[in-house]
Amino acid sequence: MDWQGQKLVEQLMQILLVISGVVAVVVGYTTESFRTMMLIYAGGVVLTTLITIPNWPFYNRHPLKWLDPSEAEKHPKPQVVVAPKKKFSKK
Amino acid sequence: MHSFGYRANALLTFAVTILAFICAIASFSDNFSNQTPSAQIQILNINWFQKQPHGNDEVSLTLNITADLQSLFTWNTKQVFAFVAAEYETSKNALNQVSLWDAIIPEKEHAKFWIQISNKYRFIDQGHNLRGKDFNLTLHWHVMPKTGKMFADKIVMSGYRLPDAYR
Repeated sequence: MDWQGQKLVEQLMQILLVISGVVAVVVGYTTESFRTMMLIYAGGVVLTTLITIPNWPFYNRHPLKWLDPSEAEKHPKPQVVVAPKKKFSKK
Repeated sequence: MHSFGYRANALLTFAVTILAFICAIASFSDNFSNQTPSAQIQILNINWFQKQPHGNDEVSLTLNITADLQSLFTWNTKQVFAFVAAEYETSKNALNQVSLWDAIIPEKEHAKFWIQISNKYRFIDQGHNLRGKDFNLTLHWHVMPKTGKMFADKIVMSGYRLPDAYR
């Protein structure tokens, strides 16, 4: 699961659970059935589990692009180190 | 959210939190129910009325209990416990309560009832104060919800009087 997938899965989990909770209370209260409310909420939790727990492919659409080692060698280290040194010297 | 276990843990804790919320809402919704219970009790007969060998008065009654407790039932009610108590005052005790009959009402359909019975539990005084005694018959009930706080209430019916002599 990539970074954006993790963000997505957390939001999905919270939204789905809150929605199923709200639907369960509204339907349970209008039908005057505590049992209906619990069944709807249980269904919502199971659905959320199926959607968010497995590592589905659509959570992996933004893989990190690691640089190839050969690419890193083309850019010598000093260039990277120079910037912090400049800042340090200014102080 | 990076691993299976982490996601399962997050899901479980959040799901249980919302479950607690739902139950709190269900319990809170009981406050808006309109409760209009009614009850009537008639004493059809004093079956017998005597002094026990060791001095306590005991009386046997035939009661006719009519009650409508249907309005106590909401979607969050598990059951209602109802009991009839004889309540009277003696010089020894400011309030004597003797349970005569009780019932557990599990469903709304059974909450409107009519029953004719002699007292299920013995009506015995602590002493011999029952002759000519004025007493109340009180229908108490305890509403047991599926979630939330149990609450109790009662209807007091007064104007009953025991006979002046043993029979």
